Amino acid sequence: MNESENTIHTCQLEVEGGNFNAAGTVATRIKSILKELKMPDDIVRRSAICCYEAEINIVSYAKKGIINLTVWPEKVLIEVDDEGQGIPDIKQAMQQGYSTANQLIREMGFGAGMGLYNITSYSDEFAISSEVDKGTFLKITINKH
Amino acid sequence: MKLRDIKEILNADVIVGEDKLDIEVKTAFGADLMSDVLAFAKAGSMLLTGLTNTQVVRIANVLDIAAIILVRGKKPPPETVSLAKDLHIPILTTKFILFETAGRLYAKGIVGCIEKVESGSERI
Repeated sequence: MNESENTIHTCQLEVEGGNFNAAGTVATRIKSILKELKMPDDIVRRSAICCYEAEINIVSYAKKGIINLTVWPEKVLIEVDDEGQGIPDIKQAMQQGYSTANQLIREMGFGAGMGLYNITSYSDEFAISSEVDKGTFLKITINKH
Repeated sequence: MKLRDIKEILNADVIVGEDKLDIEVKTAFGADLMSDVLAFAKAGSMLLTGLTNTQVVRIANVLDIAAIILVRGKKPPPETVSLAKDLHIPILTTKFILFETAGRLYAKGIVGCIEKVESGSERI
């Protein structure tokens, strides 16, 4: 069976780097899309949390980013592609508590080194690749439990 | 317990949601670190926090938080108030510090939305 034929929804959403006021709007949008599609609450919640953290990372560290959402009846795929400073040491960035966040990010209640860690905790599959001065790519899969 | 009772216990001012004081609340989560709120706060809980930026409201919306209780007498900026009105999320503000706010609510039967985390994190 071809996976792409079973998708029930796909969409592409843009995130503007540096716009702290708008951070979280894509997560809010994704939550309402998944609710309209009557996805299980657990999937909606975990997708929104992962998307929120990814969005905060784009706003904090990139010029812009694209979030692609693909929905199957029992699975959600969130692909995050940003143009930004990239991550020199992914292993270090994945560690709970490691952060390079500035004061502004910390004042908003983020930047405590929990972002990527939270994404790994709340997703079922997580892949990350990054190139310094180019950008970072995340592939986040959330399955029905 | 109703949000109206919470208002009395905390001697709080209602900034948004005067019409929502009859909603029922049983649990709460308190933190100033939004990543931890995202990780641990549960739907239907109150969020006790000292942060007042728009992120608090967006996160409350994403997590289906019942009400935001601002502690230490914090007053939210206009953009936070306006977003909370748009998203229909009540905001109350109390002069009590976070510790006192939590203690006074706990003494009246409100409990944590989770009791503790497992090895530094909790998988839902």
